[in-house]
Amino acid sequence: MREKTAATLRQAMEAAHLEDGMTISFHHHLRNGDFVLDMVLREAEAMGLKGLRVAASSVFPCHGRLARAAERGVVAGLDTNYMSGPVAAAVARGAFAEPVRFRTHGGRPRAIDAGELHIDAAFIAAPAVDPLGNLSGVEGPSACGSLGYAMADAAHADTVIAVTDHFLDHSPERISIDHGQVDVVVKVDRIGDPAGIVSGTTKVTRDPVGLVIAEYAARAIEAAGLLRDGFCFQTGAGGASLAAASFVRERMREQGVRGRFLLGGITGYFVDMLEEGLFEDIYDVQCFDLAAVRSIRENAHHHEISASDYASVGRKRCYVDDLGAVLLGATEIDLDFNVNVHTDSNGVIIGGSGGHSDAAAGAEMAIIVAPLLRARLPIVVDRVRTVSTPGRTVDALVTEYGAAVNPARPELAQRLRDFGLPVFEIAELRRKALAMAGEPVRAPQGEREVAVVEYRDGTIIDRIMA
Amino acid sequence: MKRRTMLFVPGNNPGMLISGPVLGADALIFDLEDAVAEAEKDAARLLVRNALKTLECGATERVVRINGVDTPHWRADVAAIVAKEAGAGAGTVLLPKCSTPADVALVAEALSAEEKRAGRADGEVRLLALLESALGIENAFAVATCSPRVSGLFLGAEDLSADLGAQRTLTGEEIAYARGRVVVAAKAARVDAIDTPFTVVDDLENLERDAQLGRRMGFDGKAVISPQHVRIVNRVYSPSDKEIAWAEKIRAAMQRATAEGKGAFSVDGSMVDGPIVKRALRILQTAGRLNQEADGLREE
Repeated sequence: MREKTAATLRQAMEAAHLEDGMTISFHHHLRNGDFVLDMVLREAEAMGLKGLRVAASSVFPCHGRLARAAERGVVAGLDTNYMSGPVAAAVARGAFAEPVRFRTHGGRPRAIDAGELHIDAAFIAAPAVDPLGNLSGVEGPSACGSLGYAMADAAHADTVIAVTDHFLDHSPERISIDHGQVDVVVKVDRIGDPAGIVSGTTKVTRDPVGLVIAEYAARAIEAAGLLRDGFCFQTGAGGASLAAASFVRERMREQGVRGRFLLGGITGYFVDMLEEGLFEDIYDVQCFDLAAVRSIRENAHHHEISASDYASVGRKRCYVDDLGAVLLGATEIDLDFNVNVHTDSNGVIIGGSGGHSDAAAGAEMAIIVAPLLRARLPIVVDRVRTVSTPGRTVDALVTEYGAAVNPARPELAQRLRDFGLPVFEIAELRRKALAMAGEPVRAPQGEREVAVVEYRDGTIIDRIMA
Repeated sequence: MKRRTMLFVPGNNPGMLISGPVLGADALIFDLEDAVAEAEKDAARLLVRNALKTLECGATERVVRINGVDTPHWRADVAAIVAKEAGAGAGTVLLPKCSTPADVALVAEALSAEEKRAGRADGEVRLLALLESALGIENAFAVATCSPRVSGLFLGAEDLSADLGAQRTLTGEEIAYARGRVVVAAKAARVDAIDTPFTVVDDLENLERDAQLGRRMGFDGKAVISPQHVRIVNRVYSPSDKEIAWAEKIRAAMQRATAEGKGAFSVDGSMVDGPIVKRALRILQTAGRLNQEADGLREE
């Protein structure tokens, strides 16, 4: 590997022959503890580069320099699946010369595989590099587990630069990215702060309303007849999602059900379910906490998968297609079951699809879990401000008052009713919320297009104005 | 009426008031008394009035704990929660620091006046007597039978312990007599007996033990101070599958005996008489398996 090691990040970047307007890419496995995106942009600015396009699988509050780089013209465009923090605010201010392109976790690798998203140089934060130049996510001081989101970049970028803070003197049991895909390796002091990897929580919520929603959601899954051997399940990392998972876990124990796999972003809670024998395997595109990192390093039934394998429609089959149930959040859902996870009630960007629309499209039952009122605002609206996930892929909304089932699934509504769950028309849930909170005045929409929302198949399904 | 769980909700907390109806309790107690600081009494009264008007409670009983008759607030509380502006209004008033029939009479009279003003039927709003003094416990039967409005006795062990100079424990030996006294008086008066809440929010193990003790003693339900407790107490106070199966068997035998014109009958070799039938029907009622008309069980 000696011949492809660069002494400094600057040397590595020069080896990639970066020019103005090129696309550079990053993964988000170090989440809010990532140092690499910022250090590359600092160097790019020092090199006098302008008009770069950043293709980062997600952007977090730690990425403040990206906002500055946009304001100074170093970066002109951003292609991402999710964003929060100062960059989202910069997008709203119009700091980026071009509208941001939002994709999904499955749509991004599809676009890379298809050549729609061409990457000139991929900067892959690598927690460990072995003597041959293979990259591992599970070893080293910044171990983050799966490197699933970097795999398409590694396969297709013109130049692949691994940025690491840890050289191994042996080859690890698990190799995330093969050395045959890596052009340059550079060692820096630190690639990230492992404390920032932890996303969400490992504690089941204590919020009584969250617990009611979680229990209804678990019962809805049972009512749908999905809690049987071979069940495949995905849920988020928040306390309410964990609560739902805990109710599902309880039911599986009681009924002696053995599921096939757990999918998605993985937390220690999922690891516990695997170790308890409730599921055969975990397919992990990204680790949400250090317990998941330990498990993927040690447990042969905890598999690292690429974002393409996870959710790309460009594949003949991906893991989300086998999901029995997925629990997903929403900032708003409308009468046609369209879901918004991009913008808040003021139209400000607060997130992005991530794997939301991928999992919804793939799962047999996509359940949106949300309180009927959030901070006095009804969650059910006439029309969502931004369509993140089309209503045709959403099967049910579960709130603390009960469920609303997509009219396209009358048999599901009947099953839920037969099971004793309160089932309403979605308009009835909206009416209930309005009776309690009144109709909020909607913030006016701006006239400048700041982002486009690309669905997993590449079609543009909405535009965000500010 | 099921009163397995009666959940206290602070009357001055809009978020908790709004969440109340979805938490699975059989009854909600909107609290205007201990949960509300002296300076917030009027604001809480307005909030509770609007909650009574706005919230869809379905089959959940709407109880309001008013302030005690020894305070300047109770009369305005009664007026607000019965008034037309409160919509359907309170179904039940929980009267704190109730020690004598005279306390009940005072509130019952005020309720009658407000019911008349609001165009509601006289006697529509029921009373639960919160017994939390030594005198209240000693007067339990007299309180339970002094007005047709009284639908239950409710034990308040915290204030009672203070009055007794007793020390509260997790196991509750110090309130054993009071518990027994309340159950016996309630049953003699044919009203509900509601057990005191378990006040350690995170100790779910001892909560369950405490609830089981109450149920074994004959209580019909338990006051609950945390939404976290609702699920456990509901389970403890719900009939088990075995009890339901037993009760179904008694009901079936009773229906056969009635059809055959027999007065007495036996099940599994044991004679079945009135109290056993009543107990069986009560179990089916709590389990939600009763057809009230067909089974001839009157609301008590």
